[in-house]
Amino acid sequence: MKNLSYIDSVHRDGKIFNFTAAVLMMLFPIALCFLFSAMPDWNALLLGLLATAPMYWAVGIIEVFTYFPMLGAGGAYLSFVTGNISNLKLPCALNAMEQAGVKANSEEGEVVSTIAIAVSSIVTTLIILLGVVLIVPLSPVLEAPVLQPAFAQILPALFGALGVVFISRAWKIAVAPVSLMLILFIAIPALNAGTVGIMVPVGVVFTIVVSRILYKKNLI
Amino acid sequence: MEFSINHPIIFILAGIIVAFVLFQSVFFLLRALRRARALGMEKKKLRKIMTTAAVFTVAPAVAIVISVMVLSKNLGIPLPWLRLSVIGSLSYEMVAAGNAASAMGFRLGDAITLTASQYVTITFVMTVSILIGIWLAPIVGKRLQNGMIRMEKHDKKWSSIFSDSLFIGMISAFVGFVFCDVSGVFSGDFSGLIPVLVMAVSAIATLLCGLILKKTGWHWVSDYALPISLILGMASAIPFTNWLG
Repeated sequence: MKNLSYIDSVHRDGKIFNFTAAVLMMLFPIALCFLFSAMPDWNALLLGLLATAPMYWAVGIIEVFTYFPMLGAGGAYLSFVTGNISNLKLPCALNAMEQAGVKANSEEGEVVSTIAIAVSSIVTTLIILLGVVLIVPLSPVLEAPVLQPAFAQILPALFGALGVVFISRAWKIAVAPVSLMLILFIAIPALNAGTVGIMVPVGVVFTIVVSRILYKKNLI
Repeated sequence: MEFSINHPIIFILAGIIVAFVLFQSVFFLLRALRRARALGMEKKKLRKIMTTAAVFTVAPAVAIVISVMVLSKNLGIPLPWLRLSVIGSLSYEMVAAGNAASAMGFRLGDAITLTASQYVTITFVMTVSILIGIWLAPIVGKRLQNGMIRMEKHDKKWSSIFSDSLFIGMISAFVGFVFCDVSGVFSGDFSGLIPVLVMAVSAIATLLCGLILKKTGWHWVSDYALPISLILGMASAIPFTNWLG
């Protein structure tokens, strides 16, 4: 058998695991149909898919092209199965690489990102499992109105901490995209929590273009 | 078999998939740890990376548990458990399930008992609409990464700047998002300032952690700067919401 490099084996196993997870996910509703002898309402299924799938497929395609180079191979394969990329997995990987002093485009960065995302995925899965087991006693505590504002503001708290580190480290690169995004989000009411995912690739492409110009002019 | 949204068999099916995903995480973790050791990374450093990742994950994971609780009121426990353990998010699941429900002539919050047919229809819509990333990543991932490697070989400095640009582009979008409701101030609604203030608290907390490290040499403060700032930022949302919300 051919001796694969670490990164090649990550790609091979990522394919096996992700395709298997996709098949298992699809088998879930199919199994329910057989077990409960129930067919879906085909008309409603089609209408529901037409209303939901095009937007989420578009976002999903953009996310793969945007996040894969940031997460590294191992981290990306895991993240696209376990989800919560922008609000959990990517910040976790970024923080780990920053703490370890490794670059995302190095093999050390690939390994550190994978370790952080795998640990985060395991902890998340276990905490959700614990929440499901203890859902009755936990519901009144976690759903208490006094705590709701804290959980509603996770993203600002997260990106305040991450932003100050990354923006201060490369402020010359950050000035233009941060200014553009501030103007767009303040001026266009349609830009909100629901559309921030679409604005991520816009921000990324704009930042790359600005960086390239600055780099060519020897300003960074 | 008589259908119920919390039928034990649905728990078992969901549990099998969650266990598979857990196995994938453990598999990738162990192999990455082995590779890290082969690359000469110290055990102590690796332990620190894992501890920091675990501590940081707690607060966002608790928020996901709350999402499971919210969805379980309409969809039972096993389906939200599965959907939020594998790929999903509260906003997506609400939209997908809501679209499927409205196509069947009711709203998700309506006090109705779902039939098996309605339940599988909702499950199909939620599943099919989210699956794109899970199979597209393996198809294009290797090519994307090879492109990054070629760039690194061709121009090391630009490759590093490119990598920073990816992160800063993403962060700038979320920084902009934090300000999305600020314009409400001009019409007397100050609630749009809450996320801005929360972000400021979190940023200041991170700066203070850096300052404490410099003054005292306490490296643990720097290691846990992100979870500390996250919790302080989230906690500050409570008084800010009482004040401005």
